Parts: sequence; structure tokens; C-alpha cells
Amino acid sequence: MVAGVASGIARHLGIPPVRVRIAFVVLLPLSGLGLLLYAAFWAVLPLQVRTAAAPPRRNFMHLLPFIAIGLGLLLVQTLAFGFGALGVTGLAGWLVAIIAVGAGIIWHESDPERRRQWSETLPRVPWLGAVVDESDRRAFLLRFIGGGVLVSVGIIGVVAVYSPAENFGAVINGIIFALVGLAGVAVVAGPVLWRTYNQLRTEREGRIREMERAELAAMVHDQVLHTLALIQRNAADVKAVQRLARGQERSLRNWLYKPIASPTERFAAALEQAAAEVEDTYAITVETVVVGDRETDERVGALVAAAREALVNAARHAKVQTVSLYAEVEPDQLSVFVRDRGAGFDPSTVEDHRHGVRGSIIGRMQRHGGRAKIISEPGDGTEVRLFLPTSRESVSTGKDGS
Amino acid sequence: MTDQAEERRLRVFLVDDHAMFRAGVRAELGVHVDVVGEASSVTEAVSRIAALEPDVVLLDVHMPEGGGRAVLDAMRRTHPQVRFLALSVSDAAEDVIGLIRAGARGYVTKTISPDELAAAIRRVAEGDAVFSPRLAGFVLDAFAARPDAPVADPELDQLTNREREVLRLLARGYAYKEIAKELFISIKTVETHVSNVLRKLQMSNRYELSRWAADRRLV
Repeated sequence: MVAGVASGIARHLGIPPVRVRIAFVVLLPLSGLGLLLYAAFWAVLPLQVRTAAAPPRRNFMHLLPFIAIGLGLLLVQTLAFGFGALGVTGLAGWLVAIIAVGAGIIWHESDPERRRQWSETLPRVPWLGAVVDESDRRAFLLRFIGGGVLVSVGIIGVVAVYSPAENFGAVINGIIFALVGLAGVAVVAGPVLWRTYNQLRTEREGRIREMERAELAAMVHDQVLHTLALIQRNAADVKAVQRLARGQERSLRNWLYKPIASPTERFAAALEQAAAEVEDTYAITVETVVVGDRETDERVGALVAAAREALVNAARHAKVQTVSLYAEVEPDQLSVFVRDRGAGFDPSTVEDHRHGVRGSIIGRMQRHGGRAKIISEPGDGTEVRLFLPTSRESVSTGKDGS
Repeated sequence: MTDQAEERRLRVFLVDDHAMFRAGVRAELGVHVDVVGEASSVTEAVSRIAALEPDVVLLDVHMPEGGGRAVLDAMRRTHPQVRFLALSVSDAAEDVIGLIRAGARGYVTKTISPDELAAAIRRVAEGDAVFSPRLAGFVLDAFAARPDAPVADPELDQLTNREREVLRLLARGYAYKEIAKELFISIKTVETHVSNVLRKLQMSNRYELSRWAADRRLV
């Protein structure tokens, strides 16, 4: 009709606006209750209802305050009619209406969505936006205080109207009205506090996300972009490109999936590092599979060194792109297998020209109580098998044997 | 194996959100199998696989809208005859285990050579399982004999010694033929062992498996 209150309520409740208007008119003779309700609802009903894209979660919040205030008004009316003092009733009703209007002002002005809308309408002139924002904040404060004053005046007025009466019940009524007023304020302030709390939380989450993003960006910048630049510069050199890509792949994988374990402390990490070094140096791929894990010591370190030597041999002599490395931590021994499908060789001739195999692999394993076995056939690849006993008995017998 | 391929060319479908990767696989596989179609998203994959009914689907693990797992969930009940082979750049345990438990019959990494990929497709089409060395390692890890771990169902929750041996050799980079030779058994027996391991991997409720699955919210 006048401020679109009836249609607004109707839209909220999902009934034709005519009925709401009729309800207002019917309530009008009851010492102006219809008018009071209309004023109260005008104050409380958010302007946003008119904008198309109001966030749905707020509808519930919209509904609460004016139901509470409407109920408060009805309570005032019925209780006052019980005492029959029409003048007092009317006065009390108007005072409560003042409370409602004050609360409504607070509700309207504390709506952060509207303030954001205002600043968004001025994207070209941010300084003006800032001015508007600033003045808006001041106005918001002023109106908030004004609304608060109205609410207080209304409550005090209600109590003042009723307390002079000698009737004890009237005083209780006064207190009840005061409580109703307070409840109204709580209903109005509650959502604001809740929104503020949510805003703060969102902000904190945003900061954490921003930190994570910065960390990721730093990693991408330091490693990935650097590697891509190197790949472009070395595009003609297939080996170099392969090495760069593989190295980058490994480091990204570690970053994504692996908990950081120190190669100086853990067997699996030490093996993986050895494999990585061989990959980097010889531009091959080492398919590393490690089952189980344990701490390293001097003997385990020797096993890793022997495995590394086997990988280096495969990389240098097998003439293949891929070497398999498999290690398993068994209850009483560590076993490592290095296998390639490359050129292979005749083991009977190995002593003549490959001292690396004899000294760094077989000899090293024997010195530390383990054993090594090399299986190879020309044209059929090579497998180096390394075993290191770990339980006490087998260690001592191994040492006795060496 | 090549003469088997000559008998009837397998119909293969590609699901991957990287167009370049699809093009590469299509070109590499063209000589071995018929690539009957491809899809770049989960919804596209579900509708086209249902329409084409290929023998084998090569399934990327990581895609928007739920990835390969979503395709598996949508297709497995309605099209049990379609076999899935997971293909991914990822070697993370939870990805591997998750896809297998969702019904994929094998898992290979994208760095696999074209010939090996063709062989893997053929093996999956025949109803066998395909384990990459790393997947074999994961399974050995997950089914490791731990004295403190309670075993609810020995049939499903433990590997036999033979299965363990086969998996070890797979992890060491042995081909099925080489495993058969090493263990003095037939290739068919090796395939049976691997299929049994796959079944255990899919059905067992061992803690390690459910933990990996839980990491990816797959339970």
C-alpha cells in the first residue's frame, strides 16, 4: 500500500498480499493495532527483500524479528485490554511501537550487505567509495545509537506508564514489557553479532588459504617454472630434457605425497635418495619400490651404497632407460634387487674388467655380514640381489663367516 | 600374445581430461587395438561407455567431478562386462588402492611404454589383473604379516606364500613370463595368483586398506 510492507510480508509467508492488507485493516480498530503493526513491520522488514538476489539463508533471520515484535505488540494489547484502561493501552502500544522502530533502524543500518552494495556501485571512483563508506560508517554509528536510545526510551516509558499504578500486577506487567523489549533487542542484535563472528571466521580462513597459496606459488616459481625454462633452453638435448623432467617430477611427487623422512635416518628414504642421484646423473628412470622401513645404521648404509653401485652399473652399461629397484624389510633380513633388461654380460668375465662389481658390491656386502648375487646373461638383462641379515643371530653368524 | 590380438581387435575407450594425453595414447595404441571413443569428463564418459560398451576402458584417476572413481561407481553395476584399467601419473597409495577397491582390474602409470600398455589392456580384457611394480609393493606393504594386527578373515586378509612370491617378483620388474620361469609354474598360474590377490585387495577389510581408502574418503 504505502511502503510495500504487506506485499513484503505476503512474499515471506507465501500468501496473497490482499489477505495481509485485510488483516491490517481488521486490526486497525483495536486501538490502532493494525497501524502499529504496520509501522513496526515497516521498520523491521529488510529493504533487501525487494532486491532479487537476497541470500536465501537470511530469510529465516528476516522472519524472526518481526514475528517477535508483532507478538510483543499483541501481548501488550491483550494484557492492557484486561485492565480496561484504554488510554494507557494506547500509550503503551505506541511506546512499544517506538521500541520496534528503534530496533528496526538498528537492524537496517547494521546490514553489511547493503554497505557492500553501496561501495560496489562505485567501482570506478574508489576514493568516493571510501568517503561514502566512511560517512556511512559514521551514519551507521549515529543511527545505531539513535535506535538504541529509542528502544531504551520506549522501555522506560512502558515501565513508567505502568509503575505508578498501585496494582502490583501492573508493575509485573511493566517488567514483562521491559523484558519483551529486551528480547526484541536481543533478537535484533543476535543476527548482527552472529554475522560479525562469521565474517571474522571467514576472514581468518581466507588468511590461512592465502598462506597456503603463497607457499604453493613459491614452490611452483622456484622449481617448476625454473625447470620449464631450462627445458626450453635445452630442447635440442633429449637426455638433458629427460633428466630435468624426471627430476622435477620426483620433487613434485615428494612435495605432494611423501612425509619428509631424512635419508640419514630411514632405510627407504636413503634408498630413494640414492635412486634419485643416479637418475639425475645418468638420465635414466629408476622404478623404486620399497616395502617396509626401518632405521639405518652403518651396515644398512653399506647396503644402500652397494645398491647405489648396482644402479650406477645398470645405468652405465645396460643401455636402457628404466631400471627396477625393489627393497623389502623382512623380519630377519633386508633384501634389495636391482634389475634391468639391458645388455647383460657374462658373469664369468666380470673379474677381468669390472672391479666396481667385485669391490663395491660383493666385497662390501660380505664385509658387513651380508651377501650379494649377480645374475646376468648377455642380451637378457642383469639382476643384482643383495641380502643383509638383521636379527642378532644371523648377524653374528654372518660376521663369523666373513 | 600378438596372434591373440590378430584374432579379434579389442575395443578400447579412453577417459582422460587431458586432450594431449588422449591423442598420444590413441596414436600409440592404434596399431594394437581399436580405440572406439574417448571422453574428457565423468558425465561424458558414463553416457558414451554405456552406449559403446567397449571391452576395456582406460580410466584416468584424477579428473574433475570425482575422477575415475565416479565413472567406476556409475558403470560397475549396470555394465559388469566392461573392464577398467586405471591409468594415472599418481603413485600415491590411496589413489591406487582406492581405484582397485572401486572395481578397476588393474593400475598402470602413464609412463608405461605403448607395448606394455597394450599387453596390460589385453590382460585386463581377458579377465586378469594388472599390477604395476609399485602397486605390487603397496599390496605387500598392506598385507604385511603384523603380529599385532587382528585377522578377521584369513581367506581374505592374508596372502599365501605363493602370492607373496609372485608379488615380489612383480615389484622387482619381472614380466609374467619371467615370473613363471622363476617359480617353475605356468603363466596361467601366475595370472590366477595375481587375480586372487586382486580379489583380496578388493574384498579384504584389513586396517591398512581401509585406512588408505579413508584417506580418500572412499569408505
